[in-house]
Formats: sequence, structure tokens, C-alpha cells
Amino acid sequence: MRAMVYRGPYKVRVEDKDIPAIEHPNDAVVRVTLGAICGSDLHLYHGMMPDTRIGHTFGHEFIGVVHAVGSSVQNLNVGDRVMVPFNIFCGSCWFCARGLYSNCHNVNPNASAIGGIYGYSHTCGGYDGGQAEFVRVPFADVGPALIPDWMSDEDAVLLTDACPTGYFGAQLGEITEGDVVVVFGAGPVGLFAAKSAWLMGAGRVLVVDHLDYRLEKARTFAHAETFNFTEHDDIVLEMKKQTDFLGADVAIDAVGAEADGNLLMHVTSAKLKLQGGSPVALNWAIDAVRKGGTVSVVGAYGPLFSAVKFGDAMNKGLTIRANQCPVKRQWPRLFEHVKNGYLTPSDIVTHRFPLEDIAEGYHVFSAKLDGIIKPLVVPSAA
Amino acid sequence: MTDLTGYTPHKPPLPESPEQLRARIPGWGVDLSPADRPSHPKLDFRDDLTGAHWEFPERQPEKWPRERSVEHQFLTPVFGTAQPPRGVAGALRRLSYARFSEARAAHWLLLLAADRVDAGGAHLRSLLTLHPDNPVTETGVKGELTHHGASSRLGKNRADVKHQLLDPVIVAGPFVAAAGAGIGAAKALAGALRR
Ligand SMILES: NC(=O)c1ccc[n+]([C@@H]2O[C@H](COP(=O)([O-])OP(=O)(O)OC[C@H]3O[C@@H](n4cnc5c(N)ncnc54)[C@H](O)[C@@H]3O)[C@@H](O)[C@H]2O)c1
Ligand SMILES: [Zn+2]
Ligand SMILES: [Zn+2]
Repeated sequence: MRAMVYRGPYKVRVEDKDIPAIEHPNDAVVRVTLGAICGSDLHLYHGMMPDTRIGHTFGHEFIGVVHAVGSSVQNLNVGDRVMVPFNIFCGSCWFCARGLYSNCHNVNPNASAIGGIYGYSHTCGGYDGGQAEFVRVPFADVGPALIPDWMSDEDAVLLTDACPTGYFGAQLGEITEGDVVVVFGAGPVGLFAAKSAWLMGAGRVLVVDHLDYRLEKARTFAHAETFNFTEHDDIVLEMKKQTDFLGADVAIDAVGAEADGNLLMHVTSAKLKLQGGSPVALNWAIDAVRKGGTVSVVGAYGPLFSAVKFGDAMNKGLTIRANQCPVKRQWPRLFEHVKNGYLTPSDIVTHRFPLEDIAEGYHVFSAKLDGIIKPLVVPSAA
Repeated sequence: MTDLTGYTPHKPPLPESPEQLRARIPGWGVDLSPADRPSHPKLDFRDDLTGAHWEFPERQPEKWPRERSVEHQFLTPVFGTAQPPRGVAGALRRLSYARFSEARAAHWLLLLAADRVDAGGAHLRSLLTLHPDNPVTETGVKGELTHHGASSRLGKNRADVKHQLLDPVIVAGPFVAAAGAGIGAAKALAGALRR
């Protein structure tokens, strides 16, 4: 089969690999029909995630057709059209049993702090991902779901990560009616967080980024007020001015480890790997939210320490909520929202790259060229 | 926004009423009640075990000694087998897993070092194959031409353009090092032949 492989920081190519085998009785092998590149993949692509091995196939957002199933699989049949959450999870450990699907304890020997994720380095379990023609799907009876007839492929693939994660980001903000919500980052995750904040009754939604074309999308797609942080000396101060000097009720970090806005922070983390991530957006969130407010962190950080302004968080009495999104737990409600037109996931898709051109796709998405917001990946045989 | 002259108990007024918001934004407030939001409460026992028909899954066969965090009691029953540790990078990785918990910076710094060794070695090895690393195709820089590299950046006030200049340095680093190593090896060989 053809598969994207990592060749070192900023380098990927497409190679021939063996079709994955069933390695456990509850495995399935899925033939990928549509995939996507996520902002998280950029952290791998830039060499920031420890234990990203040469030859690794990335990709945790994909849908496909069941190609083979292991002997204990009961809920799926060969030929089923399935959407697969980005989390790999067992369904039965202490964490899964309580709904923390993104924190499964049975699927990632490499780290106890992190669950399993497709194509996300050995630190997330050492599973090859779905930017390929086929992918191994562990716990086939637990993770995947049949794609409902009414759902489009593009909506389905966005429901494997970006859309549920954005909604989850808003949810972790514990929004109450009339809250002022600031979202840092107008990528796919931030856009869905901003849109979802309204569903939870937000009174104002403010989105901060430095890419005008994405802020434009935040206005049209997510009905938000927007702020380009390069146009303000101090974006935190601007947020205070916007909120009668109290601060926002809720701040959401939808940027993560490669935040811009402070060259030193960016270079020490994204380029030199001396920090687990550039905490610029997280620090802005901590400083822009009001005392007693909530900071929701869905932007991803590496396992090393970062220079977070914890004193401010402590003195302000903040609630900080964070996690990888437990995608499947979000699905039933989000399917309703998609059906009702309250969430329109595929509206943010801007690019579709054939798998063979994925190196170009990574470059364009990483360098944010051509108005890119969400790139999809179309496998050769799809 | 408002002309508040002091810090009072009141929440500053919002520009739009709930009725206005509901009219402007499809679905405004449908998940106002936390009970309607998924993943709420955070810990919520699932009697059906989410489709799992086991309390502890069967164990996947371990075909080679699988490296694992010392913070795990045992090898997890299911694990990835994508790239088994190999060579010097593999040895560094095994050492990091065997010796340091996830709490130790040394664990992660060793893994990052192994990643760099892995990349350099893979690059050198690729030069001996029919499919050597190609810095042009693998970095996707063609995208600069096909996807408006210049006009996407010029006059756009972007904060990331400054450090994008560093990207080629990171990419070229291993190639320069490989060229250096190649020249060194050639010199050594020449020296050996002369003797
Ligand atoms: N928690 C989860 O389950 C989960 C799932 C998916 C993605 N993520 C993470 O969410 C983050 C965003 O993902 P994405 O796909 O939207 O990525 P993306 O790269 O497309 O978007 C990030 C955006 O942040 C902007 N930005 C950079 N610095 C900023 C700053 N200081 N302030 C405000 N905006 C800034 C960028 O210009 C960009 O538009 C990533 O860190 C990703 O790893 C987490
Ligand atoms: Zn993702
Ligand atoms: Zn589990």
C-alpha cells in the first residue's frame, strides 16, 4: 500500500508499506477513503514530539471501509463504512469505564500520562496512522462507528477530531448564559470552539489570531468578533479594554505548542525544543480571563515543561480544564447538531491533497499558504 | 465598551439580548444546560463498557521486547508495533524507557536526542539506496509555487514569517552534516589507501 512516512523534521514522503495485519483478536484493518491533516500533525512534522521515529506514518483523522476484522470483533463487518475517533481506547479500563476515552490506560505502553492516538509517534503508543491506504484499528468493537447514511464524507472526517475537539474546548470553558468567551487561535479547533460557544449560550465570542484570512472565517463561519494580535501592542490589555477591565469569563487556548507572538518563546520551543511548547497563547489566556474565570486548554503541548505563568493562574483563582478530546463521547449530541445545521463541519475545508502530494500539503499547511484552513488527504485508491 | 465609572457588583451589559442572539446565530443556547452537553459530568460510569466485551482485554502477542514506560505496571495489553527500535537511536530509546520515568526531563531529552540520531542516520543510509532523501520533494517546497508562497505572506503582518526563515536551516542541517561526514569519510579512505 502507499503511505505517508516521516523522514525527519519538515520532511515527509510517500512509500510502499505492507498492508497492516490483524495483531489482536479485536483489531480491524480499515481501507482509508478520506483523511485529513490536523494542526497536531504539525507538531510531529516539526520534530517537536519526542519519539517520533523515521518511517512513522502520521494521520489520526480518517474514515474508511472495513477491510478485515479479527476473530473477536462483533460489532463491525467487512465492507462497513466507518468513522474512527482519533483516540485508540479499550472501553474497559478505569478511565474508559468512566468516559475518559482519551486517557485510556490499556493502549499506550510508552507513556502512562497519554492515551493512544493513531499516527502520533511512539509517545502516543507507536501506532501507524491513516495518511495511508490502510490502517490498523485496535478495539474495533469500541472506537469506530458506522457513518450514518445522511452524513457526508467530509463532515464525517471532520467529526473524527477537529469538530468534537472545538466543541469540547468550549465545553471545558464551563460557559454559562451571557459569558464573554475569548478564543485564542482561529484554526479548525478554534473555529469550532467559537461556533460551539454560542450553542452553550455565550453572550460574546472574541477570536484572536494573526492570520487575517482565518479571522475573516471566524467572523463569517463562527459569528465572532475578531482581533489580529499583531495590530495591538498588547493583546491582553486589549482584551481587558473589551471587557470593562474585568477580563473575559472564559478563555480557550486553541493554539498549543507552536504559538506565535513572542519570538523567544516560539524559537526556544518550536525550533530548539527546549520547552514542551511555546506557552504564549496559554499565558495570554491566563492573563486575559477574569479572576475566578475558567481557562480551557485544548491546544496541545509536549511532555517537557513550558514557561507557564502559574502565579497568575493561582492568584486569580482560575479553574484550568484541559484534555485531549474523548471524541466518541461527543458524537451522539454532535451528530444532532450537524443534522440540525447548528454545526457545519465541512464548511472549513479549503484544500484536498492527493496522498501522493502530501509533502506539498504539509508544507502549505505548515507555512499557512493559500488561505489554507483545513486540508483533506485523498488516498490513491479511494 | 460601557461608561462604567467604578467596579460594581453588576455584570457589564452585553451588546445583544438572548433574543437577538437566538435570531442571529443558528442554535444559540441549545446546549445552555450542562446536562445537554456531552462528556458531562467528566467522570460518568458507563455500564455498557462502550462496546467492550471484556473487563481486561486479551493480550496482543509481544514479538520483541517492547519498550515501555516504567510508570506502567506491565506492558499494556495492546500496543503499536509501527517502528521497532533499531540501531543507535533504538538503543538510546530503550535506555530512556528503561532508566527514567516520564517525570524526568532526562527521559524526554534522551528521546528527542534519539529522534535526531534516527533522522541523521536514516538520511545517510538513504543515500546508499535507490531512493535517497530528496530535500526538494520531501519538504514540499513546490507548494511555494503552486500555492502562492509570496502573496500569502507579503504585506500580511504575519507573526510567523520571521521564524519561517529558520525552517530551511533545520531542514538543511542534516544534509550539510551528511555532506561533511561524506567528505570526512572520503578523506579517511584516501588516507588509508595511501598508507
Ligand atoms: N485536545 C485535543 O484533543 C486536540 C485535538 C486536535 C488538535 N489539538 C490541538 O489544537 C491546536 C490547534 O489545532 P488546529 O488544527 O486548529 O491548528 P492550526 O495550526 O491550524 O491553528 C492554530 C492557529 O493558532 C494561531 N496562533 C498562533 N499563535 C497564536 C497566538 N499566540 N494567539 C492566537 N492565535 C495564535 C495560528 O495562526 C493558527 O491559525 C493544536 O495545538 C493541536 O495540536 C488538540
Ligand atoms: Zn488532531
Ligand atoms: Zn481504556
